[in-house]
Amino acid sequence: MKTIYILWLRQIKRYVRSKSRMIGSLAQPVLFLLSLGYGFGSVFQKAGQGNYIEFLAPGIIGMGIIFSAVFSGIEIIWDKQFGFLKETLVAPVSRFSIMLGRTIGGATVATFQGALVLLVSLLAGFHPTNWFFILPLLVAMFLVALVFSALGTMIGSLLNDMQGFQLIVNFLIMPLFFLSGALFPLTNLPAIMNVVVRLDPLSYGVDAFRGLLIGVTHFGLAMDMSVLLGFALVFVTLGSYSFSKVQI
Amino acid sequence: MNIIEVKNLVKKFGDFTAVDDVSFDVGKGEIFAFLGPNGAGKSTTIKMLTTLLSPTSGEIKMNGYDPEKNSHEARRSFGIVFQDPSLDDELTAYENMEFHGVLYDVPKKVRRERIQELLEFVELWDRKNSLVKEFSGGMKRRLEIARGLLHHPKILFLDEPTIGLDPQTRNHMWNYLLELNKKEGITVFFTTHYMEEAEKVAQRIAVIDHGKIIETGTTEELLSRTNTTSLEEAFLSLTGKVIREEEAGSIDRLRTARKMWRR
Repeated sequence: MKTIYILWLRQIKRYVRSKSRMIGSLAQPVLFLLSLGYGFGSVFQKAGQGNYIEFLAPGIIGMGIIFSAVFSGIEIIWDKQFGFLKETLVAPVSRFSIMLGRTIGGATVATFQGALVLLVSLLAGFHPTNWFFILPLLVAMFLVALVFSALGTMIGSLLNDMQGFQLIVNFLIMPLFFLSGALFPLTNLPAIMNVVVRLDPLSYGVDAFRGLLIGVTHFGLAMDMSVLLGFALVFVTLGSYSFSKVQI
Repeated sequence: MNIIEVKNLVKKFGDFTAVDDVSFDVGKGEIFAFLGPNGAGKSTTIKMLTTLLSPTSGEIKMNGYDPEKNSHEARRSFGIVFQDPSLDDELTAYENMEFHGVLYDVPKKVRRERIQELLEFVELWDRKNSLVKEFSGGMKRRLEIARGLLHHPKILFLDEPTIGLDPQTRNHMWNYLLELNKKEGITVFFTTHYMEEAEKVAQRIAVIDHGKIIETGTTEELLSRTNTTSLEEAFLSLTGKVIREEEAGSIDRLRTARKMWRR
């Protein structure tokens, strides 16, 4: 327990201390929110889908979370290369608790980052209909963050340097984001898209955010939450397996 | 009684044999120097002893435990100061110590006392709340040594601990270690390139080159076997005078990359 706590605390401290990173990782979601939100707003409205900012904001929260969660997991590569990982790996504590502490720490940070995106989106004109659901919303955000932080841990355990990093951004995070329904409604999609969207954990996350913030869901909240929980369990298991195999 | 036992240890990376059929023992409470030129297989051996690498074949017993099968028990037995930095730059000196203390389950009261004692010892107490990234190389090294001593292990590994330290600090550190060795019977296993250091403190020395151990014994034994008058000469006569090249790792490239990434 103490191990999990101290590793969690380390992630939090590192996050709080790097203000530039906090601001930097807000820039991209804000850019998406403003350019797409205002750019496509009138088209969306004319298509009879209502206000695009309201629709888009939950998706952009998802974006903030997935990027920051995967990156915090991938940070293991830095720890590997700069030696700190050795310090934790030779300590008489189980690798599972090391992995869990890190992953939960990363997920906490990503959840906070998602909350920041939510705040910014309020400034951009987002009006959640249900402030009442703020607690379940935070739970959903944390689940999404946990899924992707564990995924990042898995990737970080398998890679040995940052050379593959660009590959991961372009072939994993970007597709996961774009194919999640963060930017478009999931109704009337082509058959293949429909399948792909359902395989993407983020789809359920964004859908849950929408359900809790603006009262509209595609899969239903119960479905969203159980799928997220399932993904979280699977990825934490996979992540801790690959982390237990790390050799330096 | 032997606290470290190594039999026919082999580690291969692809075609390259880094450690080639190495066997040696270290007695309990002994100060043991593990010497060899760059790339001789010292660090690889230490990594296998300290559970960071799996051997290709061979047998290791650390305090009676196999690092491979009983890694948890083996890890309880030792502490290590690594050759290359292993501090968290984004944490303060105190936080790095605290983190280590918690991982090694040092009770809170002892932990607090010892952290203060050790930080004062390496003269970093007044910088305890500074981030490690603001430290000079020597300060980082001192902090790593203080951290390695925090949990009073049965076996202490020091992989080139005195690199980048001035003679004062080096002296200071060895006095502390000798004291600890006498008082608590801690076994010290260290590597170094400073032969006079090994000559001064080591009770027994093993010389390794090209992954094989070529001599083991006390300084006197090595001198008489090689017909030399100093350990430095003995070392050179055993390992030759050719300068070894170590592979420049991807670390340097990464250092640059990280700087860009962080900003």
